[in-house]
Amino acid sequence: MSAELSIAQIIDTIIPHPAGRSDLIPVLQKTQATLGYLPREAMMAIAEKLGLHSSEVYSVATFYNQLRLTPPGRQQIKVCLGTACQIKGGKIILDSWKRELNLEEGKTSADREYSLERVACVGCCAMAPVTVVNNRIEAKVSPTRVKGILLDFELQKQKHNGEKKHK
Amino acid sequence: MAKRNTNKSAQVAFERLYKKSVSARSETSPNERIHITIGTATCGRAAGAPDTLQAFRDEIARRNIDVTLTEVGCRGYCYAEPMVVISKPGYPPICYGYVTPGVAERLVNDFIISGDPCLEFAIGALEENELIPAIFDQPRFKYEKRNLLRNCGEIDPDDIDQYISAGGYSALAKALDMSPQRIIDEIGKSGLRGLGGAGFPAADKWQLCRDTPSDMRYIICNADEGDPGAFMDRTILESDPHSVIEGMALAGYVIGSSKGYVYVREEYPLAVKRIENAIRHARAKKLLGGDILGSGFEFDIEVFQGAGAFVCGEATALIASLEGKRGWPRPRPPRNAVQGLWDKPTLINNVKTLAYVPLVIERGAAWLAGIGTDDSKGTAVFALAGKVRNTGLTEVPMGTTLRHIVYDIGGGIPNGRKFKAVQIGGPSGGCLPEKLLNLPVDFDSLSHAGGMMGSGGMVILDEDNCMVETARYFLEFTHNESCGKCTFCRLGTVQMLDILDDITRGKGKTDDLKLIEELAKDIKEGSLCGLGQSAPNPILTTLSYFKEEYEAHIVEKRCPAKVCPELTATYIVPEKCERSCDACVGTCPTEAIFTGKSGIKVIDQEKCVKCNTCIAACPPQYKAIIKISPLSELPQAERRPATKGSNDR
Repeated sequence: MSAELSIAQIIDTIIPHPAGRSDLIPVLQKTQATLGYLPREAMMAIAEKLGLHSSEVYSVATFYNQLRLTPPGRQQIKVCLGTACQIKGGKIILDSWKRELNLEEGKTSADREYSLERVACVGCCAMAPVTVVNNRIEAKVSPTRVKGILLDFELQKQKHNGEKKHK
Repeated sequence: MAKRNTNKSAQVAFERLYKKSVSARSETSPNERIHITIGTATCGRAAGAPDTLQAFRDEIARRNIDVTLTEVGCRGYCYAEPMVVISKPGYPPICYGYVTPGVAERLVNDFIISGDPCLEFAIGALEENELIPAIFDQPRFKYEKRNLLRNCGEIDPDDIDQYISAGGYSALAKALDMSPQRIIDEIGKSGLRGLGGAGFPAADKWQLCRDTPSDMRYIICNADEGDPGAFMDRTILESDPHSVIEGMALAGYVIGSSKGYVYVREEYPLAVKRIENAIRHARAKKLLGGDILGSGFEFDIEVFQGAGAFVCGEATALIASLEGKRGWPRPRPPRNAVQGLWDKPTLINNVKTLAYVPLVIERGAAWLAGIGTDDSKGTAVFALAGKVRNTGLTEVPMGTTLRHIVYDIGGGIPNGRKFKAVQIGGPSGGCLPEKLLNLPVDFDSLSHAGGMMGSGGMVILDEDNCMVETARYFLEFTHNESCGKCTFCRLGTVQMLDILDDITRGKGKTDDLKLIEELAKDIKEGSLCGLGQSAPNPILTTLSYFKEEYEAHIVEKRCPAKVCPELTATYIVPEKCERSCDACVGTCPTEAIFTGKSGIKVIDQEKCVKCNTCIAACPPQYKAIIKISPLSELPQAERRPATKGSNDR
């Protein structure tokens, strides 16, 4: 999203024709898809557009797991802890991510590079334990695979930085 | 709104549509050509299907051969993904499993270009033949009966012509030429029950909704498949979305509704995409929208993405969420069929129930009534996951025993381990032990045993799974997902979770078990919706079938399955350690393993995070690493020498 648009303008493009309360959840989802999260200003603008009190928007935004009030990391790690993943050691995988990233679940690293979340079930139980890394499902994850995925990210970043310097 | 037809006008209109689809099919993929289909549903993708697909594309382009390559959904054999079917004239269609890019190249060169069907990669032929063993001769097919899954993995979900050519939408056409009441009677006679878990007779719900006077009625397809461990609704939406649309349109005609919603989880992005595409294609063929098949009946569908709340699987909470509110359930009555979405009569059915309806209309009530048990008709789809060889989906007639499902279809427990329990119905269900494996699976016998059909998720546990930890896990889940409306559910689950947490940490007390039972009863009685009412089920079933595991944790501070980290240690048996091998040292993520005096590897218990990586890394001929519980049985091991290097860290 271009930096010139204000949050209110972005909300305008998301809801050109406000209908009312029934639009609230889809609008929050679209706003999050655009901005990455739901900043306070966006929730205020949505409330005004839909004719709701801002507390009503906040109440809904905080109820649903998908909606987040803080920015995610550039690399989003979602560890599945559905039953099948749990049975196959999902907790060990979550612990590995926590340890390797030095992050608690639900948090974003200080440099906003990584965010770590747990999800209830992504419905990919046959491939348990799984982790969703940037919307891609990693099947049959092990603690060593966790290290491997992170190493890959670091190498890509180094390469990227190297290329930038070159230019 | 529907205009009654006395002639067969919808079926005549459909006949034209059908012929068009069939000729479109034979134009794009004539029989004499070679066809490759590859499963690219979510499991296939996770297993690497996109790479396999690309490998096929590259190799076909490189060798410049005339082949049609189609993406299809999932057959349910998720364990063998990526899965490919090749139909080559002169051979039966052959199904291949675990098709990596390398295997894809070989299939193109050795089978398609030459004539070797590469039997080493084949799972079986899809037709009886004299050349290759057919897939139907395998034990699982003796028990399976694919009604709902009939098209899954067979057709391209993004190509409506394939669904129509396979007989799709003919039931809708037939229904539009029938009176709505006759359809309800037919469904009533078939004995179809809601397949979302509760098993409420479908016809009764439809009748109530139809009979409630109103200017507007709504249809909602509940695809908020929140039960961890269940993924059949996802598979049906991803692999055969038109069957759901057809069922919804049919339901709309019967109850007199012109608007339907598919409420699908946002965690299922591919299912959302496929159902949205399918709705668009159906509109283009005038199977949705105004004047469907020339009958004057008007119906359209909108997709609504749930925002991630387990409680929204509950019908009244789902409606609240559609209305833009917090997903809070409300007391019933009034029932949704009387007063639902925006206070209008609303029919909410699960994906599978709606997908079943066209089959019942097409094949007749007697057909469905002839499958299953006295009180549970038809088939049920189960998702097999956990410690079982053949993970994936299976569809069996109601009344099939758990043993057949786990051993004959699921292939039993891998790695020579012993079966411990099967968890059915997700967080609302229960864990059933080995002695109940001969239980027939239908709505009623499962509830008697303390389980629940629920969404049909079936997770198999082996001897390496701790039942207390499993109960704790489910409670943690329901506690997180409790919407907070009812005090007993909101606070009672916290108390129970605290107690179970203590037990898994070896801090349990003997009267804890009595307290848990009391709390469980209160939560059941004091909660408004199914989430709270069934939240204690996993604890109650594990307590009644596996009480000795709870007692071992409390009294001996021992975890019998050696899972609970606070009660278990990982230990390298010095007599078994090979000494010159470094496999465990290299893989340990926390560098907890060091080489002791005589070359024997030793685990620094303070650094060990119990991730089991070293156990997997230790070569099978040594098997030197074991788990020990209780901690008091851990032998004294060598201390890490205080070298400069280890001090630095």
